Amino acid sequence: MKGYGIKKFYDKHRPKFEKGGKLHAFQSVYEGFESFFYVSEATTTKGSNIRDYIDLKRTMIFVVLAVVPTLLFGMFNIGYQHFKALGLLETTSFINVFVYGLLRVLPVIIVSYLVGLGIEFAFAQIKGHEINEGYLVTGILIPLVLPINTPLWMVAVAVAFSVIIAKEAFGGTGMNIWNPALVARAFLFFAYPAHMSGDEVWIRLGNQAGSVADGFSGATPLGLALTGSVDYNVWDAFWGFIPGSIGETSTFAILLGAIFLIVTGIGSWKIMLSTTLGAVVTGMLINAFAVNPFMEIPFWHHLFLGGFAFGAVFMATDPVSAAQTNRGKWIYGFLIGVLAIIIRVLNPAYPEGVMLAILLMNTFAPLIDHYVVQGNIRRRLKRAAANG
Amino acid sequence: MENVINIFVKSIFIENMVFAYFLGMCSYLAVSKSVKTATGLGIAVIFVLGITLPVNYLLENFVLQDGALAWLGPQFANVDLSFLSFIMFIAVIASMVQLVEMIVEKFAPTLYANLGIFLPLIAVNCAILGGSLFMQQKQFINIGEATVYGLGSGLGWFLAIIGIAAIREKIKYSNVPAPLRGLGIAFIITGLMGMAFMGFSGIKL
Repeated sequence: MKGYGIKKFYDKHRPKFEKGGKLHAFQSVYEGFESFFYVSEATTTKGSNIRDYIDLKRTMIFVVLAVVPTLLFGMFNIGYQHFKALGLLETTSFINVFVYGLLRVLPVIIVSYLVGLGIEFAFAQIKGHEINEGYLVTGILIPLVLPINTPLWMVAVAVAFSVIIAKEAFGGTGMNIWNPALVARAFLFFAYPAHMSGDEVWIRLGNQAGSVADGFSGATPLGLALTGSVDYNVWDAFWGFIPGSIGETSTFAILLGAIFLIVTGIGSWKIMLSTTLGAVVTGMLINAFAVNPFMEIPFWHHLFLGGFAFGAVFMATDPVSAAQTNRGKWIYGFLIGVLAIIIRVLNPAYPEGVMLAILLMNTFAPLIDHYVVQGNIRRRLKRAAANG
Repeated sequence: MENVINIFVKSIFIENMVFAYFLGMCSYLAVSKSVKTATGLGIAVIFVLGITLPVNYLLENFVLQDGALAWLGPQFANVDLSFLSFIMFIAVIASMVQLVEMIVEKFAPTLYANLGIFLPLIAVNCAILGGSLFMQQKQFINIGEATVYGLGSGLGWFLAIIGIAAIREKIKYSNVPAPLRGLGIAFIITGLMGMAFMGFSGIKL
């Protein structure tokens, strides 16, 4: 087949990677890069199959596109918080603020992709299958849920843990029970709590840590609320000008991503909606029985604070680890919302309950599906019996 | 009343027998291949915990504890039989398990066949003895609290085993690396489930 441009390049180099070629050991790497640009030409040899052009790789790219607004805003916010803490916000240009954040966030993303994809390539080659694209999304989600001051070696350790233990041990992309990005976050949270919570991890000060402005506090609004001082502007929280993990602060940017995911049909609106409903109902109940300032936070503020929006839109909707059945999705999402607010408000150790709530519901998603499917089977048997 | 609810919620989620204490692991790992049998065993564990705990509570408070025999007469006021508590608790548990076994055999023969050796083995399930020993340690003020604690612990164990059973059913067709198939992946799943349950540790009730 004749081709031109990139296609020609691939056609020229393909023989080297085929069986007997001298670079056969890197065949999976080659395949991964080729299908990045072109849909695989391989056809099934048995039975008839219909292939959609929206394959796994295209799906994953859509999710990556959906997190771009969040990522860009996250970079800006890192710079914004940095210069705000130093009291230099008025005198620094927008570009400088953004570039400062960009340069701090980029290394985390690079480490995440290098380690994760390295492990994926190695596994694909050993097991002799194609490279799966699952890590494209995980690799961008992991940096977004980490505090900016996470040391790079910790990022590498967490990525290695989650890719090997939570994903490859289960058979690779599409087989995992827990969302790998959340496993990485939870692993770091429990292994190095001092680097994952508290007042000093959310804002990058670098070597200017000594010269912070008066009245500076590095705690997140939720961290502050836990100590009894509820002090934040809810619209700052909505637009995202608050300290927090790199990508979780701006509910607005996340909403843009959510709309994109829903319109393209990639993310499940059922899960997003039911998670929000669960959080609202629980938030109202807690408001009604409030005994401390944290419990008095109006229920709708919870939707903008912390990682709630990010979790509901990008983590809970992960098609692999979420419930698969339609009715299961409603139950799964609702319980995530309920648990997220309960853990956040009632557990003094973890103001960031969303991550743990989603992990817990990932655990029980197969069980929910099991009961939904059994229910369907029973109902149909009954109908069949009734119809004679 | 509030106290009782606290004990119940705490024993299910925060002090989960499997994920907080890693008790009852043998049958948890061995009988979790299908949700149906796991449900059966889980209910049996709830039942056994639910009746052994009140019985052992009475035993503890009226026979075994230091001075518990005072109701027999003043000459028994200084008798301390607590060194017998292990053997007494085990005896109670073993007889209750016999009871459960007979009931299951009579009313659910398929379940009885599926559970196999693990039903009689509930007698030596550490979660059951653990429940009684924790009861001794926690010094509940009345028999109702002890019963609720037993039911809650059983329910926590039940949740854990049906949770892992559903996961193991789901990964039956996954391409798990050959050395990890079976028990290996079950251990990894348990560890990750424990991590998910850690969200509850630290909640003060």
